[in-house]
Amino acid sequence: MHKKYVEISGRMISFTCAALVIFLTVAIVYFISVKGFSTFIVNGVSLKEFFLGTEWWPDRPIEQGGPKVGAAPFILGSLIVSLLAVFVSTPLSIIVAVFMTEIAPGWGQRIIQPAIELLAGIPSVVYGYIGLSVLVPLIRNQIGGNGFSILAGFLVLSVMILPTIISVSTDSLRALPGQWKEAAFALGSTRWQTIRLVLIPAARSGLITGIVLGLSRAFGEALAVQMVIGNTRRIPTSILDPIITLTSAITMDMGYTITGSLWNNSLWSMAMILLLMSFFFILIIRFASKRGVVH
Amino acid sequence: MNARLADKLATLMFWVGAGIVLFILFFLLIYIFLHGLNTINWHFLTSPPQTIRVGGGIGPQFFNSFYLLILTMLITAPVGLLAGIYLAEYARQGRTIEAIRLSIETLTSLPSIVVGLFGLLVFVNMTGWGYSLMSGALALSVINLPLMVRISEEAIRSVPSESREASFSLGATRWQTVWRVVLPSALPGLITGGIIAAGRVFGEAAALLYTAGMSSPNLNFSNWNITDPTSPLNPFRPAETLAVHIWKINSEGLIPDIRRVADGAAAVLVLVVLTFNISARWLGRYIYRRLTAT
Repeated sequence: MHKKYVEISGRMISFTCAALVIFLTVAIVYFISVKGFSTFIVNGVSLKEFFLGTEWWPDRPIEQGGPKVGAAPFILGSLIVSLLAVFVSTPLSIIVAVFMTEIAPGWGQRIIQPAIELLAGIPSVVYGYIGLSVLVPLIRNQIGGNGFSILAGFLVLSVMILPTIISVSTDSLRALPGQWKEAAFALGSTRWQTIRLVLIPAARSGLITGIVLGLSRAFGEALAVQMVIGNTRRIPTSILDPIITLTSAITMDMGYTITGSLWNNSLWSMAMILLLMSFFFILIIRFASKRGVVH
Repeated sequence: MNARLADKLATLMFWVGAGIVLFILFFLLIYIFLHGLNTINWHFLTSPPQTIRVGGGIGPQFFNSFYLLILTMLITAPVGLLAGIYLAEYARQGRTIEAIRLSIETLTSLPSIVVGLFGLLVFVNMTGWGYSLMSGALALSVINLPLMVRISEEAIRSVPSESREASFSLGATRWQTVWRVVLPSALPGLITGGIIAAGRVFGEAAALLYTAGMSSPNLNFSNWNITDPTSPLNPFRPAETLAVHIWKINSEGLIPDIRRVADGAAAVLVLVVLTFNISARWLGRYIYRRLTAT
């Protein structure tokens, strides 16, 4: 009798903890949506004005034309910086992943693997700080501009997302059946041909998952980016121009705005965009992994 | 270009790529330690920061980071472990497990600044605690929980099913089997994963700006009454951590020796995370050897 009682209560407790994860997710989505929609519902800002508007005067008095909350520069900034980071990081990551699985597994296991784990462990603030104290002055002195730039932002991010893309790509390359490689060799392919024509296409869905995870991490990173991009609300014309992102705007303004004000609500709307993007990325990953099942 | 030459060039490209990543890591580590290590001494680690003068330390921030980590792990370790047990041992394929997986995926991919905002709304404002260690710990738990669930689920799943079956055949219930048979063999994986997750928590900053706050009250380290606002142990006081401190002095600092303090703090932060990573590996291997007597 006692044994059965313990079994049932143990099962219930562990289920409660698992259900807590669902509850937490629902709570987060609920609160962020409620606060995020109030820009449109309570303050009556149109979706078009928020997503496409470029004017940002969240506290301008009525006499001067009233407040404007166009978030396009922020959305554009986030997209530019994170996409560029992925463009830089992806080829290098895939090269390293192939190196670890095909070219020199011994080296890969003993040296590259721990190195990547260390890179993943370095806190993002430290990445931002090194960007600020090394990259920003370097760009200012060697290339031009004032250093706080798109260039500094995506370079910092591209290093930060390396471990994510590398480890997911490595896993997917390792999971490939060995016969395929042997079959390609038996047909007289060189190692490079095998990698390019057999292994990489076969691991495609895993590689896409890694890239999307890297993109998602870059899109959501706040402090490291905020420290090096200069944070000005202008549509940039060059890679050396400063820029602002959704995350850096939230980071800087949240502490100074009053709860319930238009400014504050529009920051919540930006958080809602970040949340929607996470869902979007999850969807892509699910789609890619469904397509990637080998028949 | 013939195939053999292309192959040679490609091999060269792979070695260069691996070299670049190694170079980046070594550059980062050497830069951090070259600039930061000579700042670190007992005074720097224990004295409070200055607001406008030179010579400040990171004492309270250092303490806050560890205290916050302990509070977070006290919340996420049991919940994550139990949720992992449910997923690995009890759950059957179906709607519920699908919902749990989607939730874990969502929480994992949520930007930490968004978690910080949620924390500001719920753990800071709704609870009425204001910026506090407890709010910070809860926000960090949101970030850490999906990781802990995944770690414990994987560690539990990796235990071979024969040991479970042996236990069942002796008449043990599933719950008994989990606690007496499965968890002891999953322990090395749990500990390694848990410590590495702890390293992530230690370096987190974005989620803490608006939950644990960006200031630390004057602490009296001989005051162990946890209800007193000057006691370092009081969980309802604001607490700036090391990672937040690095960000704050760089964005709004007034001290003249920003570089020195930030270099030192960054070195301490990386050193702690490195220690976590290395000790996780070592401890996991040690426990494994003790348990399997190999």
